[in-house]
Amino acid sequence: MAIAKQNLLALSGDEAVAYAVKQSDVDVVSAYPITPQTIIVERFSEYVHNGEVDTEFVCVESEHSALSMCLTASATGARVFTASGSAGLALMHEILYVTSGARAPVVMAIVNRALSGPINIHCDQSDSMVERDAGWIQIYVENSQEAYDSTLQAFRIAEHNDLLLPAMVMLDAFFLSHTLESVNVLPDETVRKFVGTRKIPLIKGHGGKLVPFKLDPENPITMGPLDLYDYYFEHKRQQEEAMQRAPQIIKEIHDEYARISGRKYGNGLIEPYRLEDAEIAAVCLGSTAGTTKTVVDQLRTKGIKAGLLRLRTYRPYPVQDIINALENVKAVAVMDRSHSFGASGGPVFHEIRHTLYDASIHPHIVDYIYGLGGRDMPQKLIHEIYKDLQKIVKTKRVEKLVQFIGVRE
Amino acid sequence: MTTEQKGWKEIPIAGVCWRPATDYLTGDWKTVKPVRDKEKCNKCLICYMFCPDGAITWNSEAKDIGFNYDYCKGCGICAAECPKKAIEMVLE
Repeated sequence: MAIAKQNLLALSGDEAVAYAVKQSDVDVVSAYPITPQTIIVERFSEYVHNGEVDTEFVCVESEHSALSMCLTASATGARVFTASGSAGLALMHEILYVTSGARAPVVMAIVNRALSGPINIHCDQSDSMVERDAGWIQIYVENSQEAYDSTLQAFRIAEHNDLLLPAMVMLDAFFLSHTLESVNVLPDETVRKFVGTRKIPLIKGHGGKLVPFKLDPENPITMGPLDLYDYYFEHKRQQEEAMQRAPQIIKEIHDEYARISGRKYGNGLIEPYRLEDAEIAAVCLGSTAGTTKTVVDQLRTKGIKAGLLRLRTYRPYPVQDIINALENVKAVAVMDRSHSFGASGGPVFHEIRHTLYDASIHPHIVDYIYGLGGRDMPQKLIHEIYKDLQKIVKTKRVEKLVQFIGVRE
Repeated sequence: MTTEQKGWKEIPIAGVCWRPATDYLTGDWKTVKPVRDKEKCNKCLICYMFCPDGAITWNSEAKDIGFNYDYCKGCGICAAECPKKAIEMVLE
């Protein structure tokens, strides 16, 4: 398929997501506004009001209800979208598990914002990091273009009949959500063709008869029943099996999308940047990767072999891809935009370090907690991280395993 | 109730029930069961309407009620509601 002719629009990250949802033939949107996610559903409600989409827009009284509405709408076979972040996502916590357990392929945009105490509405990734175990696919984007692209891909991924896993697309608050960027958008008909309509698989229903996996009065099935110690574990095992199938399917959909859009993000799971011959590397998620790439370029002009690994999918977590990308690096700095209090470092650090235990050579791996509550992560601080890594390579010694960077002492 | 247990590869996803609920003979939960005194019963059907499990049956030919002990959980609502005190809960 040829690359489609595209329109260049000036969109914020929120608007880019709303535009993608507008083009994706979504049946039901139910959401509750929370800053800085509000603009996504605000824009979308305008599309509904103007008759530009044929979508049922359901206003509810809380995020708990918003996701409950999405789950039940999805159970009828509808294509469903919602958006949230921070405290709103935390209020959805219970229903996140019910949604993934019901195998309802809901797509949700998360605008990454700190979890309060003291109150803060700015960017960090604490909100979605605590939901990494909820059985949802998690895609973290670097810029508004990728927010648009990933939202389109998320419908295909979530609704893939070998997966049926709900999917979250994460974009950094304000840095992406409220910043105007040039975003290439595909023609409506190209998107329609790419996302298609939701396919419903057959499932064994009452009496063992094969029926469509949806709530349908013509073919009634029982969804969401009590599931005790005799079968609950088997259903959880099935969810893990679907997650294991996810990396391959995400890659295929990412490649198919690249053929119509001309845009690729690594292999769809990870995006290595100048890593081939790198001696030192940083690992991060989200918009910080953009700044870090600039720093890598600056270091490269000085002959320093620096690289970056951006994780695009955090769930599924692409173990072998990460090993392949990092095993020849001598020192790795993980950058965590969230923290697990009392633990030895942030959540991404835990997993990267655990993953590289199986690498042929163990690089030194250190962690930097940064940017909590929207604290800026300028090039200067990223340079400090790479300077630390050079020192570790030179001395073969790690002085501090976990550090807070950008915080006043 | 059958005790055969299937593996995760065999069962439908998401907890969708592949057997009807009536396959589960929930009557085995009970410790007491309703027994009717036919002399006192005037077949008013109040017990039939109150039974939360549909475990009281109506035989239209015999024009009489019956108890389906496969699903009766022994809650005693029928005995409590019976205006004729015709139902007694007895230990199984």
